[in-house]
Amino acid sequence: MLRIPCPHCGERDYTEFRYAGDATKRRPVHGTEDVRAWYEHVFLFTNPKGPHREYWQHVQGCRQWLVLERDTATNTVGRSWLARTGAPS
Amino acid sequence: MKLLSRYSGLALARRALTDSRWQRAWRSPDPKPSYDVIIVGGGGHGLATAYYLASRHGIRNVAVLERGYLGSGNVGRNTTLVRSNYLMPGNTQFFEHSLQLWEGLSHELNFNVMLSQRGQIVLAHGPGQLDVLARKGNTMRLNGIDAELMEREDVMRFLPFLDHSEHCRFPIYGGLFQQRAGTVRHDAVAWGYARAADRLGVDIIENCEVTGFLRDGDRVTGVETSRGTIHAGRTAISVAGHSSHVAAMLGMRLPIESHILQAFVTEPIKPFLDCVVSFGAELFYISQSDKGGMVFGGHIDGFNTYTQRGQFPRAQTVAECAVALIPAMSRLRLLRHWGGIQDMTPDGSPFIGRTPFRDLYINAGWCYQGFKATPATGWCLAHTIAHDAEHPLIRHLALDRHMAGNGHDEYGLGLWTYRQ
Repeated sequence: MLRIPCPHCGERDYTEFRYAGDATKRRPVHGTEDVRAWYEHVFLFTNPKGPHREYWQHVQGCRQWLVLERDTATNTVGRSWLARTGAPS
Repeated sequence: MKLLSRYSGLALARRALTDSRWQRAWRSPDPKPSYDVIIVGGGGHGLATAYYLASRHGIRNVAVLERGYLGSGNVGRNTTLVRSNYLMPGNTQFFEHSLQLWEGLSHELNFNVMLSQRGQIVLAHGPGQLDVLARKGNTMRLNGIDAELMEREDVMRFLPFLDHSEHCRFPIYGGLFQQRAGTVRHDAVAWGYARAADRLGVDIIENCEVTGFLRDGDRVTGVETSRGTIHAGRTAISVAGHSSHVAAMLGMRLPIESHILQAFVTEPIKPFLDCVVSFGAELFYISQSDKGGMVFGGHIDGFNTYTQRGQFPRAQTVAECAVALIPAMSRLRLLRHWGGIQDMTPDGSPFIGRTPFRDLYINAGWCYQGFKATPATGWCLAHTIAHDAEHPLIRHLALDRHMAGNGHDEYGLGLWTYRQ
């Protein structure tokens, strides 16, 4: 079972969370007219085999969004922090 | 001699009466310095592509590079189902072409792939769902594909051991049946295509991992591998699950995330289920293997991963589906289960065709429907490589279709449904 450390609630089963994808992507500036910039943001993924930073929401706990470090080749879980703080603490 | 090296009743009798040995099914050559075409990935799709390149397009100086051994990837990890009950224009014709190729494949390859057209029923659990299936059935019949709509009473007679009670959570209203659908022995598909391609001169090179690509400007001219540098006139990537990983060697990002799908087999029991059943209330499908095991699968685990090892909660959900559909399943013990890595795409459809690089082709993004597509993918990708132009059956599957807003969404549910 994948276990995720929630900064508020401690380590919990991943089934309490909702997965929300790559956390390293940056949304284009509002009003960007270049369609390719939006295409790349919405559709293209690095999808690395290895270290990954990703969003999870603790929907069955504190409901906070967090960023988790996980290795996609092994599912080894690393640090996590609240997404709104923007950096590991 | 050539006649005797084919598999036949005569060859079997000869070997029964003498001590002559069977030849290896395919050679184990060292890679040559260069080939006309290199296929990266020795799964079902890659081997089929090599076979059709050699047999239909006369291109025999071909190598298939496989990181592990043949059959170690998704071609040996799927639930072996084949069918052509697709609704969207483009998909309907593509998957029917595939089913027709399955129907002749054992003769074509001189290898028994054990196609069993035992039929598949997709169940409806409400009147609206039955309407959708009726529309799909009509689309299939307009395209010359067999389809039969079943009312509730028909399904009760056909599969009496399903939970037909009116007060269960998802009562059965009816279903859509395709008799020509069924199962294929998946290992035999890998071995059969490999042997047939090998006999036409294709080099199948196992334990050969691609580590990089050779480039000349925007042309791809070969690959770096764990067994040395190999030059190629044209190169195709067909590495389901690892498409992003291999494309990254060229700096390409794809509209793909890698997810795990689990499959399950119970202990063997006597003949019980003589067709394939798809539950309509959840993603769940089940058949019985020739050995007697109940073979079934469900949805992906739900987060991207390259580990071929599933999470327990999904096994629990799938077991709940099994028992909800067939209550007698609760008495069976699970014998084994395993995982395979899928390329998941925004619209649930794959990408086959040319890439931004010249002489580089890609076949990726099969979500969890790649096995049934094996012959048609090979057929169409071989055509695309040979002519440097997409086969008409795959023109809707271009790699850059989302840039143009042309998503190909079979289920009409919008993009990213696999994430929900």
